[in-house]
Amino acid sequence: MTGSPTVAVAPPVRGSRRVQLARFRDLALVPAIVLLVIVGAVVDPVFLTKANITNVLQQQTELSLLVLAEAIILIAGKFDLSLESTIGLAPALAVGLVIPAASNGLGTDLPVALAILLCLLTGLAIGAFNGLLILRFKLSAFIVTLGMLIVLRGLQIGLTGGQNLFDIPQSVLYLGNAVWLGLPASIWICGALFAAGILALGFLRHGRAVYAIGGNVDAARAAGIRTDRVVWTVLMLGGLLAALAGLLMTGRLGSVASAQGDGMIFTVFAAAVIGGVSLDGGKGTLFGALCGVIVLGLINNILTLAGVSAQWIQAIYGGIILVALILARVTSGKAQD
Amino acid sequence: MSPSPAVVARRITKRYGATTALLDAGITIAPGETHALVGRNGAGKSTLVSILTGLQRADAGEVSFAGEPAPALSDRDGWRRLVACVYQKSTIIPTLTVAENLFLNRQGTFVNWRSLRRRAGDLLDGYGVDVDPARVAGELTVEQRQLVEIARALSFGARFIILDEPTAQLDAAAIERLFGRMRQLREGGVTFLFISHHLQEVYEVCQTVTVFRDARHVLTSPVADLPHDDLVGAMTGDAGPLLSSGASRPAVSSSETVLTVESLRLAGFYSDVAFSVRAGEMVGLIGSGSSGKVALAETIAGLRKADGGTVTVAGARPRPGSVPSALAAGLGYLPQDRHREGLVPLLSVAENATLPIAGKLGPAGVIAPARRRAVARRMIEAYDIKTSGSDEPVNALSGGNAQKVVLARALSNDPKALVMVNPTAGVDVRSKESLLGAVASAATDGTGVLVVSDELDDLRSCDRVLVMFHGRVVREMPRGWADADLVAAVEGVREE
Repeated sequence: MTGSPTVAVAPPVRGSRRVQLARFRDLALVPAIVLLVIVGAVVDPVFLTKANITNVLQQQTELSLLVLAEAIILIAGKFDLSLESTIGLAPALAVGLVIPAASNGLGTDLPVALAILLCLLTGLAIGAFNGLLILRFKLSAFIVTLGMLIVLRGLQIGLTGGQNLFDIPQSVLYLGNAVWLGLPASIWICGALFAAGILALGFLRHGRAVYAIGGNVDAARAAGIRTDRVVWTVLMLGGLLAALAGLLMTGRLGSVASAQGDGMIFTVFAAAVIGGVSLDGGKGTLFGALCGVIVLGLINNILTLAGVSAQWIQAIYGGIILVALILARVTSGKAQD
Repeated sequence: MSPSPAVVARRITKRYGATTALLDAGITIAPGETHALVGRNGAGKSTLVSILTGLQRADAGEVSFAGEPAPALSDRDGWRRLVACVYQKSTIIPTLTVAENLFLNRQGTFVNWRSLRRRAGDLLDGYGVDVDPARVAGELTVEQRQLVEIARALSFGARFIILDEPTAQLDAAAIERLFGRMRQLREGGVTFLFISHHLQEVYEVCQTVTVFRDARHVLTSPVADLPHDDLVGAMTGDAGPLLSSGASRPAVSSSETVLTVESLRLAGFYSDVAFSVRAGEMVGLIGSGSSGKVALAETIAGLRKADGGTVTVAGARPRPGSVPSALAAGLGYLPQDRHREGLVPLLSVAENATLPIAGKLGPAGVIAPARRRAVARRMIEAYDIKTSGSDEPVNALSGGNAQKVVLARALSNDPKALVMVNPTAGVDVRSKESLLGAVASAATDGTGVLVVSDELDDLRSCDRVLVMFHGRVVREMPRGWADADLVAAVEGVREE
């Protein structure tokens, strides 16, 4: 509205301030985390003990790996709902293949040493199959992975006869309950994977390609990015991370429950969206998503410590997630799409 | 002419299923010229562009650049070194920064953000594009976005650039700046293929023009040797001068005002605007992109809420910021961007055309399909909409016909006053004629029309034209204005 008709094209340069704002948006959840820690400390002195904090973090490791996977997939502009079934099926299938039939195994009695590899391969294969349906056959990612969620859950129940698997090989248990340098191994693993993910998405050409594809797939293709290959890789990586999450969960609980992971996908999406990842693709950071996981973990822990009755905890937890989404919407100032 | 042309496409044929998009068509572009490609919607221009940029393979024929045959389709980098295209549809990724857009997929395996921003800054400076590389690309204006795309295209080393309707969304001042830049680049040896629906622009900036019609090459001629009417004749297949639509409209006799705007203001867009439109009168409103004219039209339509002032439609005062209230008061509105605000792409022509009158097509909110079809058929006939039937999805129509659907809809209510924003943007010459003809006949029937447009042709049949500059109506010109005077007023040259 200002200046003569021959005014320069660009509005005043505000680059440096913008960059700071963008960084700030990345840290938007940090005050919330600080607030939750203070509330937790007030509610129960136990909250701030090392044992409790470690416990909170460890409980969130499986969720955080799923969120890591989902966040990358969402940034690439796709969906994967089947992660919550992969987290159960991958370890169940791997364990079933190596344990004797007497322990509800499949009777194949493959070498126990293969269990971890089988589990991870299962995850990869599920991701690859999702990719096949979504990219080759051009099906909607939402419906494909919703179908896969049901199919994979059904496969797990069919293969195990609906039984929980208890006779878990030591190697499979190891990652989920080992302690490295005073902290559970799973926390180290998650931390390392998030760090790797943040660096990869921020500083690798292929990581930036994920953002480009989610932002405008035609433009990405026109820029010479092999979009299908990148998305396929992302989906396979998602399956792999979910399988790894399955290993951690199996190790932590000491068994593979027939409903392992059931209902987790809602929390996964909530954490990603609270963390600022757009369901439309192309927007959000893994650091934000990690903050989303931590916020949800702290809320859950505080509710438990505050002695909220088990019958009500789900409703309250869900309600708080909705409030958190509203707050995230208000603070980011933009419509969530 | 140089012995080896910059670009040659020879005997190109391309079919999509049953439709032939190009038949034995070709183009030869000399190095360093700005070559116009014109034709009506569906003439095969877009297909030629996708073949010249290596996005699609021709069924027959060959393409060569400076005498060398074109690279293989899979060799994207090879193509990009030869030819760059700024498409109508943006190929900028809105969520990434300008710097990243410029070097997308060329950042190196590890991205060094600092050096990326610096290189982007150097590149933009080199072409005199004043855009901060750290900005998110989604925040850029259309003009800035285009400049970024042109800079990116040139950074690949391409010396041949295709501009696919670059002016469709720019205001007059921005178009002038774009042309200035094109001339500058041409002096530096860049060859352009310029696609536009605005023949005036062809005469202004191009040296040679090629016309396509119905998938075939019709003629190639130096622009200077081709009179305007012959060019239109070549495009439409029938010679003869353009009808100047609505020129023969009778003088406005009624004194009844149907649209009155009084001391309307909206911070950041316009202030203290007042004018009125009488029944049967056509009033033009022109101004640059920053003049606030579109915001003003949107306020009248109820899409925006003014900070103060009043809008009166046929004696009634619709609730500010309420579209239904404006419609009920008797206002018809033709939005600026038919794709974004005008049409629901997957719904049929009939459904789109009858959206505002859906309530009148049956009792108690029930829509009777037979009645809707009948109404739609009448509209298709009245507005000369080229469609396979009223059930055809509206996204299958060409730009001009889609716009006719929007116009039919705006007039479906028999509005007392009609507000139109850029009614002929992206519409070919003949469709333009029939659109403006329909508007003029609505005016003759007593509708007061406000035409908000940058397009001088849209305004020729108006009884008077208001000029907006920086949020104020600064001039009023009766019919018969000279182009130069009007443009000067738009640019603020005669501002007090």
